[in-house]
Amino acid sequence: MPQGDYIALHIKRNGYRLDHHERLRKKEARAVHKRSAMAQKSLGIKGKMIAKKNYAEKALMKKTLKMHEESSSRRKADENVQEGAVPAYLLDREDTTRAKVLSNTIKQKRKEKAGKWEVPLPKVRPVAEDEMFRVIRSGKRKTKQWKRMVTKATFVGPAFTRKPPKYERFIRPSGLRFTKAHVTHPELKCTFCLEIIGVKKNPNGPMYTSLGVMTRGTIIEVNVSELGLVTPAGKVVWGKYAQVTNNPENDGCINAVLLV
Amino acid sequence: MMSMDTDEGKTVMCLLTDPEGTHLGSAMYIPQNAGPLQLTQLVNRFLDNEEMLPYSFYVSDEELLVPVGTYLEKNKVSVEKVLTIVYQQQAVFRIRPVNRCSQTIAGHAEAVLCVSFSPDGKQLASGSGDTTVRLWDLYTETPLFTCKGHKNWVLTVAWSPDGKHLVSGSKSGEICCWNPKKGELEGSPLTGHKKWITGISWEPVHLSSPCRRFVTSSKDGDARIWDITLKKSIICLSGHTLAVTCVKWGGDGIIYTGSQDCTIKMWETTQGKLIRELKGHGHWINSLALSTEYVLRTGAFDHTGRQYPPNEEKQKALERYNQTKGDSPERLVSGSDDFTMFLWEPSVSKQPKKRLTGHQQLVNHVYFSPDGKWIASASFDKSVRLWNGITGQFVTTFRGHVGPVYQVSWSADSRLLLSGSKDSTLKIWEIRTKKLKQDLPGHADEVFAVDWSPDGEKVVSGGKDRVLKLWKG
Repeated sequence: MPQGDYIALHIKRNGYRLDHHERLRKKEARAVHKRSAMAQKSLGIKGKMIAKKNYAEKALMKKTLKMHEESSSRRKADENVQEGAVPAYLLDREDTTRAKVLSNTIKQKRKEKAGKWEVPLPKVRPVAEDEMFRVIRSGKRKTKQWKRMVTKATFVGPAFTRKPPKYERFIRPSGLRFTKAHVTHPELKCTFCLEIIGVKKNPNGPMYTSLGVMTRGTIIEVNVSELGLVTPAGKVVWGKYAQVTNNPENDGCINAVLLV
Repeated sequence: MMSMDTDEGKTVMCLLTDPEGTHLGSAMYIPQNAGPLQLTQLVNRFLDNEEMLPYSFYVSDEELLVPVGTYLEKNKVSVEKVLTIVYQQQAVFRIRPVNRCSQTIAGHAEAVLCVSFSPDGKQLASGSGDTTVRLWDLYTETPLFTCKGHKNWVLTVAWSPDGKHLVSGSKSGEICCWNPKKGELEGSPLTGHKKWITGISWEPVHLSSPCRRFVTSSKDGDARIWDITLKKSIICLSGHTLAVTCVKWGGDGIIYTGSQDCTIKMWETTQGKLIRELKGHGHWINSLALSTEYVLRTGAFDHTGRQYPPNEEKQKALERYNQTKGDSPERLVSGSDDFTMFLWEPSVSKQPKKRLTGHQQLVNHVYFSPDGKWIASASFDKSVRLWNGITGQFVTTFRGHVGPVYQVSWSADSRLLLSGSKDSTLKIWEIRTKKLKQDLPGHADEVFAVDWSPDGEKVVSGGKDRVLKLWKG
């Protein structure tokens, strides 16, 4: 039987001490003073911790009070004019979360011109060459060391044909090849499994871009024809850029955010 | 009868009927080389028309464009049977299809939610999310007046059929009457509705002239009849359990309301009594259309552009109404969220005349052609469908939009159809060839509202990109 349970058993058998509840009440009433005395006395890290905890409690209390005040005071709801006007026939259709596509194509073009991308992941960890590639020894005595194997996820286009092994400096292992990515639309807040069209830019260097290496922060082009986005001229958009947000070589899948 | 030996002398037994199925004379032999032109002459002669009117001919719902003999050969129809040819009168005027954007007018600070030409086609009003109604000068294509008075988004605007008043309804439920000549608010905004206004419809001018009464429908489940001179609500039509989405004032003096509670109710207008309830739909009703709607909207104004003195207006409007209506009762079509439409003859029976199925998404807007011979329906399945306005038979699908189609509008001669879509384009469809006539890109965002001016000169469109575009032929 655990130690605490003897007390519980005793209480069960004999009931509480006669003055138990009074003592408890008094102790609780005194606790505030005790805590305050402690808070004033403590120094150093202890003092800081107590101050932080007290501050958090106070802020929470204020927030709750304000919330209660708001719910009790009467206000006329829905009075102010909202943004994003829709006609009467769309007012009752809540599910029409509309992707802002059209003006965005223009914006995207402008950004492209400036040569600067405003992307969800502006900074990426630089990947060193020895992390990106593994040296493969070749030759009869395994003395030649000019072959490299890419250790990251890659995209290899459907038109790719292998060169003879003699000219094949980089090997992209088929186990790390990907053709699809899970792309999240940031405004629709939903994710689609879309086909990759190509690698637009790998921030680690143009060589990786041409090899089709996909690391965190890489800009890839995906096929969005399923989403039904439209250009100002009324044509269906089919290619759009997305940025990889995970480490595909660790996760075994590619997650990306659509750039809109 | 005639000699059947020579090639020219070949004849076929034909029976000419009008779209409602009434025979024109008895069956007769006509030469096989007779084409639409000869048939037109024949019909004109039979009907004792003073001047030649254009007609089009249909054999088993297909338009006859070649001589009868060629048709028989091509479709392998027996020469021995009586060929039933349906003739339909065409408009005596032609509207030029629009093909270019003549002006893009900025001005609204928020999305344009509704646009409407006045019945004579000389004035234009638009309502927007920036809480203003704007009137535009059509000659210079510039802004004319900015009407401030609403407190929230302006969802609908409606011109009186005599063109003397403009009424607009907003999201906060108030209704404003404007003087279109001066761009001023007439009196204070009318209040009564508790939620947003979904539709406004005026009393037809042939029932009362000058125009005084109009009816509004609201999200709060009521429809109200208002008087513009008394500036107050006369009757409140309550009975719907959910939002009323659409209201139409019919030519027989009956108000039709379609609601989200899946019913259409018919009201009498002097005391606001419920006459009939049309049930059939399985989901919200989004849109109603009357076969005479276009002529009710334009009142006494026709394609000639003649102005009538106020005392003759009523007479002329009645004349036009009777001509469009013909002998058959007024027809009503309703488009619904259950992807179907129903064709009703409300004055005849409570049962629908036909159920129009085919859309794969909800039907957002339905519209009868000005002559009442066609129905066009805009749906979220990215297509516009064309139906026979008399029988409700499916005719064709216009595909081409890549987004949901929000609104459609007819040209006054019923030969062209305009559709505006979420994919930011407008498209013009030709009814005769059943093909796309013109693609009108240019908007930078969704097109919420389109209208074809009753005089046929211009098309206006407004959308989420906050500009108003005028298109011309």
